[in-house]
Amino acid sequence: MAQALQARIDAAFVEPACGVNRSKSDTQRRKGCAKALTPGAAAGGCAFDGAKIALQPIVDAAHLIHGALACEGNSWDNRSSASSGPTLYRTSFTTDLSELDIVMGHGEKKLFRAIREVIDRYSPPAVFVYSTCVPALVGDDIEAVCKAAAEKFGTPVIPVNAPGFVGSKNLGNKLAGQALLDHVIGTIEPERTTTTDINIVGDYNLSGELWQVKPLFDRLGIRILGSITGDARYRQVAMAHRARVTMLVCSKALVSLARQLEERYDIPWFEGSFYGISDTSQALRTLCRMLVERGASADLLPRCEALIAAEEARVRAALEPLRPRVAGRRVLLYTGGHKSWSVVSALQELGMEVVGTSMRKSTESDKDRVKTIMGDDSHMFENMAPKEMYQVLKSAGADVLMSGGRSQFVALKAKTPWVDVNQEKHKPYAGYAGMVKLVSAIDRAINNPMWAEIRDPAPWESRAAPGQVPSGRAASGDATDFEDC
Amino acid sequence: MARIFHPRSALSTNPLKQSAPLGAALAYLGIEGSIPLFHGSQGCTAFALVSLVRHFKEAIPLQTTAMNEVSTILGGAEQIEEAIENLRKKSAPKFIGIASTALTETRGEDVAGELRAMRARRRDFDDTAIVYAATPDFSGGLEEGWARAVAAIIDALVPDRGMEHVGSRSHQVTLLAGSHLTPADVEEIVSLIRAFGLEPVVLPDISTSLDGHLGDTWSGTSLGGTRLADISRLGRSRHTLVIGESLRPAAEMLERRTAVPSSVFPSLTGLKCTDAFIETLMAIAAVRDVPERVKRDRSRLVDASLDAHFSIGGLRVAIGADPDLLFSLSGALTSLGADIVAAVATAATNPVLDRVPAEEVAVADLGELEARAAAAEAEILITHSHGRQAAARLGLPLVRAGFPIFDRLGTQDVCRVGYRGTRAFFTEIANAVLARDHRPHPSDFGAAPIEQEFEHARSQTASH
Ligand code: SF4
Repeated sequence: MAQALQARIDAAFVEPACGVNRSKSDTQRRKGCAKALTPGAAAGGCAFDGAKIALQPIVDAAHLIHGALACEGNSWDNRSSASSGPTLYRTSFTTDLSELDIVMGHGEKKLFRAIREVIDRYSPPAVFVYSTCVPALVGDDIEAVCKAAAEKFGTPVIPVNAPGFVGSKNLGNKLAGQALLDHVIGTIEPERTTTTDINIVGDYNLSGELWQVKPLFDRLGIRILGSITGDARYRQVAMAHRARVTMLVCSKALVSLARQLEERYDIPWFEGSFYGISDTSQALRTLCRMLVERGASADLLPRCEALIAAEEARVRAALEPLRPRVAGRRVLLYTGGHKSWSVVSALQELGMEVVGTSMRKSTESDKDRVKTIMGDDSHMFENMAPKEMYQVLKSAGADVLMSGGRSQFVALKAKTPWVDVNQEKHKPYAGYAGMVKLVSAIDRAINNPMWAEIRDPAPWESRAAPGQVPSGRAASGDATDFEDC
Repeated sequence: MARIFHPRSALSTNPLKQSAPLGAALAYLGIEGSIPLFHGSQGCTAFALVSLVRHFKEAIPLQTTAMNEVSTILGGAEQIEEAIENLRKKSAPKFIGIASTALTETRGEDVAGELRAMRARRRDFDDTAIVYAATPDFSGGLEEGWARAVAAIIDALVPDRGMEHVGSRSHQVTLLAGSHLTPADVEEIVSLIRAFGLEPVVLPDISTSLDGHLGDTWSGTSLGGTRLADISRLGRSRHTLVIGESLRPAAEMLERRTAVPSSVFPSLTGLKCTDAFIETLMAIAAVRDVPERVKRDRSRLVDASLDAHFSIGGLRVAIGADPDLLFSLSGALTSLGADIVAAVATAATNPVLDRVPAEEVAVADLGELEARAAAAEAEILITHSHGRQAAARLGLPLVRAGFPIFDRLGTQDVCRVGYRGTRAFFTEIANAVLARDHRPHPSDFGAAPIEQEFEHARSQTASH
């Protein structure tokens, strides 16, 4: 492994701004943020996956994957990051290395040619070049190739050196953030700046979630200058150093990016979430307060409070009709997100009972919060094996599972309603509007008449005596025969 | 319980309904060696013929008594006789099914009486079964025409017999098939019945005549269908299974005549509906268990329902169809959580309309369906091919169901009944939903567009 890459990885493992990281011992820390991978029992994506997830939402850039086909061929077009304009990010580019390329050491040349073709054909504002395992192993120097190509073609070509085998998705996120700091942020100056320019870091605009929140910013006159990277234009990322405040959205992975934006460019940052009503309000409040501290007009604060009051009243009114449809139902929440407590409190407010919530990737303060909301910690768990989850659901320990795609089929095989709340989901649930959508989704899931039907026994499983044609069904009989069929 | 609504419009905009004689012709085509004969002027027949040919992609033997100005006024008995004479000469049909039209019914001919007189006179016609159904275009639609034709066939060809014959063919059951069933539907029901060791006589059986097979020789009559001998033996069945509420009057007539008990199944689409049918088959066959294939198909349906309910749950559906089809498809979709936000039926005669799971069913046309779909913000349209313009205007996916379907192939192969057909139907609807490829946009959420300054200056084209 190239020394430069090793150094960058080592650096990525030390994150003073991360609470989880700080509490670890040195050896723990070196293992990385994710647990050490167990052969035969690993399920997560690789570092390359993580890097691409973090950068691909830059919608006008070309994303070129240098490697054998599997890395890109098996993974492209599988995320729902939305764009308000350019669609180049959805076009998949890869060098598709052949055996000959690898054996003959043609990888670098092929990459250079591929960069030229992409620029010739699409004239993108920038090309992101991702390394993967094979070229990293044979020692392709993608940084040198990118540098040469950038000089030759006059277009930024950014090396993203996060080959899969160096670690988890989470590490890939970090390395992607580092690539932006090293090569993109600060390279373009905005034509104008305002006192309410902000950075949003760690939101990928999945299914348009950023736009669920953006109208709130619009109304407060807050401008998203740097977006990293939901619905981002390359220029926006390059101008991120001129924002006044950075909001880090639900992301431990990009903490170091936020911290370094502060160190290098004096942009203060805070961590917030747009899931749940109280979190959304809290995020808006903090954002406005910090903007005012940095020189925005002080009337932003009362305007923010007025907006929060109006929006909260509106969302509560919109949720009210749903209350009788969900009240008393029991939810099992299984997410990777560490901020589930805000959703928990919103569901509880509607009379739902949260029978369990996963606390993976949560900090101690998150855990304390959940404890306060739920009374004790008996409902918190770290990981739940599929088998165990199946048992819980099958024995009707919960009426609905809210989780990511992996446990979808555990729920379905247990004939239990399931609501997708993961990154790959196709419905946006952010902000106040998103909460109404989420509760409607829960309503639709648990109140679907299908559940009763499919839980009923098949005709051959019931114990009616044979030989008797069910009565009351003759043509001349009463009109109620097969009422619904 | 749906409220039935009759719009007070004098104008029908984009008709949903197909004519009753066409329905009768379809039913007649399910009889072996048959030629349907429209008693009316030639144009009605030509239009119906074109519809049938475009739907089935087959040569269809449909004839007309070719009433003209003079015969219309003087009475059409001679025209009928001449038509029968000619058809016999040309194609030697075993069966001629006559359907009256608006023209002859308006004049008020006593076709039945005249036919009786003619048959007494023309003994040379004896080897052709002749059935007549009154199917004026102004009363009911395709479904009603079909039901009347089935009743007419029973009336003319099933002899009055005593109780002692019931079940004398111990494995035989009668299947009265409604107009909403495709050839593939009928085939699926037949194979379910056979799986229980029972042998069905299907009336009418379009699964062997309009299934789109290539015969060995040219034939001027239907290429298959219910055998006349089997029709005369319907009284020996153990049980009559009736698919479609519209056939209840025909079923009651058959039950009165033969004393064979019958069960009506308004729908065979959906888990519970199929369960009810299977339960009845188990009882008729006197078995406690069912064949492995049936069990596997049921568990596949349950699995497919789980996968499809994400797309169908909460789906806002607009549907226009004949009552039996409307009821079957609506019922299945609501069992997966869909909302029938716009329902339009062709006619109000079928009492099943009351049970359509919608707040209101309008007895109207495609124009009404389009207006209601727009007002109720429907997300999908289900109707026959004439709905394509409405679907395009509304920007909605169209799932084709009913008659006619002229802009797609393989309509006869579409099966939406039983565990298997229901599974296919759910998948079809879910795929139509998934195919919409709705990309979210800032304006969906009321968000302002991004500033021009951020956009990359050079023009950009992305290939997909
Ligand atoms: S682990 Fe390596 S080879 Fe596999 S997908 Fe990730 S980058 Fe590609």
